[in-house]
Amino acid sequence: MAHSAAPTTVAPVITPISPKAIAPWAAFFGILMLVLLYFVGAEQGATAVISGEAVHEWVHDGRHLLGFPCH
Amino acid sequence: MNSISVRALLIRGMLAGLLAGALALAVAYFLGESRVDAAIALEEAHAHTHTHEHGEELVSRTMQATGGLATGVLVFGVAVGGIAALVFCYALGRIGSFGPRATAALVAGAALLTVYVVPFLKYPANPPAVGNPDTIGQRTGLFFLMVALSVLLAVAAVIVGKRLAPRLGNWNATITAAGAYVLLIGLAYAFLPSFNEVGTDFPAGLLWEFRLATLAVQTTLWVSFGLVFGHLTERLLVPEASTGSAGVSDHSTARSAGAVS
Repeated sequence: MAHSAAPTTVAPVITPISPKAIAPWAAFFGILMLVLLYFVGAEQGATAVISGEAVHEWVHDGRHLLGFPCH
Repeated sequence: MNSISVRALLIRGMLAGLLAGALALAVAYFLGESRVDAAIALEEAHAHTHTHEHGEELVSRTMQATGGLATGVLVFGVAVGGIAALVFCYALGRIGSFGPRATAALVAGAALLTVYVVPFLKYPANPPAVGNPDTIGQRTGLFFLMVALSVLLAVAAVIVGKRLAPRLGNWNATITAAGAYVLLIGLAYAFLPSFNEVGTDFPAGLLWEFRLATLAVQTTLWVSFGLVFGHLTERLLVPEASTGSAGVSDHSTARSAGAVS
């Protein structure tokens, strides 16, 4: 943006990674990570994809100690 | 080149998240489990008022406190590590003249604050025996709404701060943006519904210790993630920094000291 101003710091300038390069990784892994968080944090609490209590019961302590609403 | 570095950063983020998760797991196990057990003991003493899944034990307490806890905290660590790495990819070189290590520390600090501390101040973590099962849907929805609001407002604050920086200077622009964030979060606190489902006979000391333990878990996770991920990214992106300065000068002083004696 500001090409006019001469760089005043001696620190090496880091070229930002272009959004186009990040997008595919963000789309795939971002969603995958959010799904993992959903299973740790909310599955079989307020909503359920899998029926029963097994997931909730297995991650029960983690859910409480990570601060998620549990039951 | 760019896409390779996103991949490399993502892998490092998930690894740093796993390591941070392991440290957080130790904190959760040693500081948190005794409080969870104490709360469950109280819950079972009042079993007639709070009847939920503890009817027939699907997963034993021992498994919940070890394998279950480990699964939860480690998966959480890897997942937030991956997301933080993606945020880092975008933030690097865009939030100011910060190197990889400082950017990683800032991303981790911002994540602790916006993803945990800010929602926690409105909807704090509750131990077993606290919480009405009838409101779980509402509480879950509002908790995630608060997380989303906090993160989106923080992103907006960073963008506004960047825009204001040329006019106000970095210091004043940062204060203005942070002030706007605090103001809007305060409004959200004031207008979103609150829940106080702590029974009158639940010990206040236990509640406080449990909540402090959850804060310790998250602080451990994010601080160690920031430091480990910062170290890994600095080594990846600034190769001369890792092989240069510290290591070499230590070695050369050691050698010269050896030569003198």
